Amino acid sequence: MIKLTAAKLEKSELIRKIEEWSNQNIFACYQCGKCSAGCPLTDSMDHLPNQIMKLLQMGDEETLLKSNTPWVCASCFTCSCRCPRGVRITEIMEAFRLYRLRQNIDHFNPSKLGKELAELPQIAIIASFRKLTS
Amino acid sequence: MKIPYYPGCTMKANKGNGTGFEQSSVAAAALLDIELVEMPRWYCCGTVYSTASDDLMKHLGSVRNLSKIQQMDEKKVVTLCSMCYNTLAMVNVLLKQDPEKLQTINDFMAPEEEFYRGEVEVLHFLQILKTDVGFEKIASLVKKPLNGLKVAPYYGCVLTRPKDVAIDDMEEPRIMHELLHALGAEVIDDPYKIECCGSYQTIGPMKGAVIERTYRIVKSMAMNGAEAIVLTCPLCEFNLDARQKDALEAHPDIPPVPIFYFSQLLALALDLDPSICKFENHKIDPQPLLAKLNLIKAIPTIR
Repeated sequence: MIKLTAAKLEKSELIRKIEEWSNQNIFACYQCGKCSAGCPLTDSMDHLPNQIMKLLQMGDEETLLKSNTPWVCASCFTCSCRCPRGVRITEIMEAFRLYRLRQNIDHFNPSKLGKELAELPQIAIIASFRKLTS
Repeated sequence: MKIPYYPGCTMKANKGNGTGFEQSSVAAAALLDIELVEMPRWYCCGTVYSTASDDLMKHLGSVRNLSKIQQMDEKKVVTLCSMCYNTLAMVNVLLKQDPEKLQTINDFMAPEEEFYRGEVEVLHFLQILKTDVGFEKIASLVKKPLNGLKVAPYYGCVLTRPKDVAIDDMEEPRIMHELLHALGAEVIDDPYKIECCGSYQTIGPMKGAVIERTYRIVKSMAMNGAEAIVLTCPLCEFNLDARQKDALEAHPDIPPVPIFYFSQLLALALDLDPSICKFENHKIDPQPLLAKLNLIKAIPTIR
């Protein structure tokens, strides 16, 4: 007779923070790929949104922290609205960004924008500062 | 009817033609007996809603504005910008659902601001046009029908998402379609109407990807027969208008497609002075198209 025992899951600090800050259950995802099908910016992503979900479930912290996916996300909420399991992936991407930003690691440097800054509307500047800098 | 109006940062700027959006909206509203009264001493709403569970600080700008509306003894506030609408409305929904967070923010704001009770209703101007004025009434007041103008409405991301604050159906919004139909325009439905333009990624390393997004959206709409795209958000406007210039250079297979705010077309159809629309701020000049359809007279010289 086979004896079944529950796998002991050790969640790393990254995974715990992501779950806490996004207020989502990462194990709700069943990999249907709806999020990635609707995402407008997958062309630029290292990993598709559903792959990020899988990496989270597997606890592959090394791959997750190297991925550019959360920084490509434009917070358009399409994935969150279409997920049949109600996982709000936009929130998970935000939590990823915060994990870096709260270590004071900015994603882009406004002082390097130069002349371009003068042409941009305020809405673009403020929004990107809020999402991509600490 | 008087209603407090929250402008937000870009409504006062020529970049993204916020000034044309604001002036055409205020003038058109006045003609429809709606007085948009700019609220005094407004703050930046934060532009984007922070979804993190513990990021209350980022909601503070929005709450201060909502508290000011409450202090004016008003129940409603209207915005023009989609992102201001979304940020204010999302913060409002959060605070209505979470009394503990509401208390924490209020404790922090005291005594500068009045205790915010979470009762203000955040509205987008399109909702006022639909429910308080009515598209039938607008149709009856049209003096210059936009006959022959083939337009594709573009809703972008945050006006109709997430569901808690969506002003219309998330996947098949119709509100702008209905308005433009009432103005006499030929409305073209396009699947890209709810696809994000790339939003704030237009700055920095992702600029190229946003140009590609613009190309795809404009191409789809142009291939469906649209001569112009109509939208509600200054950031969408910047991406589809200014970034379209770059897209046209990289992809000569699309025609230049002018971008309008819905309020500019509303003002034209109501026969208001076209100068309030500030067409000179657009990167893709919409004036030849409008002159061709006799919606404006001569084309003034531009830069």
